[in-house]
Amino acid sequence: MIKLPLLEIDSLAVDYQTGRGRVRAVDDVSFRLEKGETLGLAGESGSGKSTLGLSIMRLVPYPGVIVNGHIKIDETDIIKLPEHEMRSIRGGKVGYIFQDPMTSLNPVKKIGAHFVELIRTHEPTTSEKEALERAKTVLKNLGILPERINDYPHQFSGGMRQRIMIGLAIALNPSLVIADEPTTALDVIVQEKILELLESLRKIYGMALILISHDLSIILERCDRIIVMYAGHMAEYTTGAELHRAPKHPYTERLLRSIPNIELSDQKLSAIPGSPPNMLNPPEGCRFWPRCPYVMEICRLKVPPLIAAEPSHLVRCFLYGEKGAKIE
Amino acid sequence: MLRLSEIVKVENLRKYFPVQKSFLEQIFARRMRYVKAVDDVTFPIKKGEIFTLAGESGCGKTTTGRLVVRLLNPTSGKIYFNDLDITELQGEKLRLLRRKMQIIFQDPYASLNPRMRIGDAVGHPLEMHGLAKGEDKEKVVLDVLEKVGLTPPQQFINLHPHQLSGGQRQRAALARSIILQPEFIVADEPVSMIDVSLRTTIIDLMLGFRKELGLTYLFITHDLAVAKYISDRIAVMYLGKIIEIGSKERLFLKPMHPYTQALMSAIPVPDPKRKRKPIELKGEVPSAINIPSGCRFHPRCPDKKETCALKEPELVEIEKDHLVACHLD
Repeated sequence: MIKLPLLEIDSLAVDYQTGRGRVRAVDDVSFRLEKGETLGLAGESGSGKSTLGLSIMRLVPYPGVIVNGHIKIDETDIIKLPEHEMRSIRGGKVGYIFQDPMTSLNPVKKIGAHFVELIRTHEPTTSEKEALERAKTVLKNLGILPERINDYPHQFSGGMRQRIMIGLAIALNPSLVIADEPTTALDVIVQEKILELLESLRKIYGMALILISHDLSIILERCDRIIVMYAGHMAEYTTGAELHRAPKHPYTERLLRSIPNIELSDQKLSAIPGSPPNMLNPPEGCRFWPRCPYVMEICRLKVPPLIAAEPSHLVRCFLYGEKGAKIE
Repeated sequence: MLRLSEIVKVENLRKYFPVQKSFLEQIFARRMRYVKAVDDVTFPIKKGEIFTLAGESGCGKTTTGRLVVRLLNPTSGKIYFNDLDITELQGEKLRLLRRKMQIIFQDPYASLNPRMRIGDAVGHPLEMHGLAKGEDKEKVVLDVLEKVGLTPPQQFINLHPHQLSGGQRQRAALARSIILQPEFIVADEPVSMIDVSLRTTIIDLMLGFRKELGLTYLFITHDLAVAKYISDRIAVMYLGKIIEIGSKERLFLKPMHPYTQALMSAIPVPDPKRKRKPIELKGEVPSAINIPSGCRFHPRCPDKKETCALKEPELVEIEKDHLVACHLD
C-alpha cells in the first residue's frame, strides 16, 4: 500500500487584490507533509510564509484569494469544501497557533470558556462539565495549574498565554499543528520553554508540525525539513541537515552567512545587498536576481523552475540548470 | 570621578516609576508603590567602545539608555559625560549637550514623522540647533544620506517614510542621529524589527561610523548573539540591576552568573547537528514592584544557597574586565 501524505499542496497561488494592484503573495508552491513530520517555513517579512500557513486553514484574510492549486488534507481537497465542513477541519484536524497570544484570546472570557467553546463547537454532544474536565487535563500537560481555568487572559504572562494558545490548538488532538511565529513576541528563556513544550506535545500526540519563523536558527534546530521562502516562491526545499551542510540557493547561502552564531568566535557576518522586492512590482525572472552575486542573463528573463538538484533537495535557481544538472 | 578614557559614567543610577493607585488604595494604602525599573546601576563607557546592555524585556535596559541621554530624569544617582555632571542639566545647556549625544530607537516606523519628507526629517536637527539651513543644510543632508547608503540621495530626500522599507527607514534614522556629528549614540534595539538579511548592513554601518566618526555606542539588545557580534563589553541586566559585566571574550568564554549561563544556553544555534543543553530556570521573571529579597535572582536560581535570600550580592571584579554579582564561588 502506498503511504498517503497528511498534507499535499500542489501549485498553490494566493493573490491579494489591493487598491494599488495585484500582489501574488504565494506563487507556485508545492510540497507534501507526512504524518508526524516537522516542516519549517523560513523567510523574511513579505515572503509569503504566513499567507501559506493561513491558506491551509483557508483563512487568508480579505483581500486575499487562493487563485490556483490544490490543498489536500488526508486526500480531501479543501479548496472547494463548503464552509461548514471547513470549520470542522479548523481546530479539529488542523490546529493553528498565532504569533500574538494577547490578541488571539478573548479578554472578557475565562480560559475555561475558550476551551468549552472550542470543544463544544466540534463535539456538540459533549457537556460543558465534561469539556471543562478535558480542559483541565490539557492545562496540566501545559504546566499550568488546572485551577487557573477560571482566570482571564490578562492574569497570565505572555509565555503562559502562549501556552494556552498551544493548548487550544491541540485540545482536539489534531493531526497537524501550524505554529506561526509562536515565540517571536517572547524572551529567549521563555521561547526555549515554549518550543520544548511544543516538541514534547507533538511527540505525545503524534502530530505533524509546520513551524513558521523568520528565525532560521530555531527552524534549523527543530525541523526535519525546511522550505526557504523568498518573495512568494519556494527558493529551496530540503532536510535541515542538508540545508545547513550545503545550501544551494544563493539566497539561502547568503542568509546563513548573515546569522550570528553564539558558539563561534570571530565570526564574520556578511550582508545581503539590496532589499527584498516590492511585491506590487516584483522583478522579472528570478525574484532574487537583483541581489544575487551569481546573476546570469537568463535569470533576468525567466522564472527558474523548482528542480531537484539532488533527489531530496529542490531548488529554484538556474545555477543548477533547467532540468537539474548543475552548470559548471 | 571620570577616568580619562571614559566618555560616559553612570553611578548608582535609579529610576522608580510610581504605580497608579485606585481611589480606595489612595485613601487606605500607607505608602506608594514603585516599579523599580533601574535599581542601582553603575558602569563606565570607554571612549570609542561599543558597550552593550543585554537582558530580557523588563530588565531596565531601555530605561537605563533613556536616562543616560536624559530623556528621563533619574530618581537618584549620577550621570557624567566627558567629565561633566549632566544629571541635573536643564534648558539651553541640555539642548547643547544633545548635539553630542543621540539616540536611535527600535521602531523605524514610529521614529520618523510620516508627514515629513526624509530630507526634512534627517536635516531637522541642523535647523533645531541653528547650524545650517537652506542649501547648506541640503548639502549636509545629501552627504549623510549617501553615507548611510540611501543612494541616490537626491531621490531619497523627497520621499516620505511610507515609501521606504523598514531597513531604509532605519538607515534614515541612523543618518539623522549622525548629522550633528555626535560623540556618543545610544542605539536601542536598532535591528530587532528589521529583516534578518538587512540586519548585518545596519550593524556594519554602525561599526563603520565608529571608526570614521570616532563614535562611542551604548547598544541595547535582547539578542545575545547580536551583542556578541557587535560589542566590546557587555553588561547583563536582570530586574533593574547589572548582574554581570565583562569583555565580550571573557563573558562568552566563562559566564559566571547562573542567569547569564541560562540566558546563553537558551539561544538557538543555527546548526541542526548541535544539540544544546539548555539550563532550566524555575518560573518567570518576577514583577519589578515586588523584587525578591537578597539576590533578586534567587527564587529562580538552580544553585542558590542560604545567604542568597538574605543578602544582596555586590558587583565584584573576579578577574580583569569581568565583574559579577553572585554569592556563589
